[in-house]
Amino acid sequence: MNDLDEQQPGILSGLWATARRDLLLAWKRPGDVLNPLFFFAMVCTLFPLAVGPSAEQLEFSGPGVLWVAALLATLLSLNSLFLGDFEDGSLDQLLVSPQPLPVLALGKTLAHWLTSGLPLVLVSPILAITYSMPWSVVPIMMLTLMLGTISLSLLGSIGAALTVGLHRGTALLSLLILPLAMPVLLLGANTVSLAAGNDIYTTGIWALGAYAIASLSLAPYATAAALRISNE
Amino acid sequence: MRLRSATECKALTAKLSAENLTLIRGERCLFEGLGFALESGGLLLLEGRNGCGKTSLMRAIAGMLSLETGEIFWNDVPVLRQRQTFHGSLVWLAHRTGLKGDLNMLENLQFERALRRQSECDLESVYERLGIERLKKLPLRALSAGQQRRVALARMLLADVPLWLMDEPFTNLDREGRTLVMKLVEEHLGAGGLCVMAAHQDVDINAPLTRIRMQ
Repeated sequence: MNDLDEQQPGILSGLWATARRDLLLAWKRPGDVLNPLFFFAMVCTLFPLAVGPSAEQLEFSGPGVLWVAALLATLLSLNSLFLGDFEDGSLDQLLVSPQPLPVLALGKTLAHWLTSGLPLVLVSPILAITYSMPWSVVPIMMLTLMLGTISLSLLGSIGAALTVGLHRGTALLSLLILPLAMPVLLLGANTVSLAAGNDIYTTGIWALGAYAIASLSLAPYATAAALRISNE
Repeated sequence: MRLRSATECKALTAKLSAENLTLIRGERCLFEGLGFALESGGLLLLEGRNGCGKTSLMRAIAGMLSLETGEIFWNDVPVLRQRQTFHGSLVWLAHRTGLKGDLNMLENLQFERALRRQSECDLESVYERLGIERLKKLPLRALSAGQQRRVALARMLLADVPLWLMDEPFTNLDREGRTLVMKLVEEHLGAGGLCVMAAHQDVDINAPLTRIRMQ
């Protein structure tokens, strides 16, 4: 039996194959990817119109608005993480594949981050301008958003896996994920505010990094367990 | 044509057995005290009316449902203790094909190749035999249900595994396709493979047959 095991494709091939397949699917259906991004951009551009053009006020509320919009956009995109696979039966095939399920779940989450989190990070500088954010703060904001969206994708994959068998699980998914996402939001928004006020902000970056690493090491296992439970 | 030379020697010793299986879904007991033993070359046929638990039993064998009592063994070792080895030894043709409608046939099969050990047979000859050699570049959603099922069969044939789990393999297939499936199963069993099949139709397969009639 051992030599039989050795001939199986390696762990990394499962990771890359799942990520690659999901990226390919996203490429063929760009609408699904663009939706959360549009949402993010719309919230961030409409907010200044509603509260008025006072530069001081916008500068003050900018980090918070950007971060809340990023969190909600990520939540919006999470629902579909496993839904397509659940509906066409490929989730069942993943569950009976000889590859470790946490690795496959990580592959899917990686693809999710690349198609939802990363675009937000890349678009955010353009939106930051509308809030007259100083140029020196923009890279810091991008870094916090990057670490934050990694955590959100990973934590969100647990909720998406738990609610995949339920109809209209979106509200439940948000409820499940929000408590876990709250530290990310607080750390992210406050770090950017501190950086904008020329305060010491590095602690926030470290904390966000630690949160991302903790999610990275624990979330795939939780997601795999949740997938098995919700597919019973 | 021989498709499965690599499996042959390894599958000779394979054995799938189950003891005292009981499954309760909701308030309903689907089966109780069910057991079977299937050796290389054997076919296990699950029969029964709609909703009697054939698919549930199949899912339980694949290790996706937790059973009330009983255990399933692969080569006399409980499946739950060697999940990865067991899953590396089976391929499951489920009711839903598990193929992506947005991807074409080659992309779908390529994904499978990264997950499971593949047999070293000639790809083109497999495609030709299943009559799907002209469909390679079309997105799967453009194919008919029967053609999609043939692609799922290709995935099954290309995997180098001893155990085939087939849930209603004849769905959507034409008469020719049904004969082909039976022939493929017969060849697989002849080469020392095992097959568990849930079917409504009568199957005409020349192999040691075990029937489970579910209530």
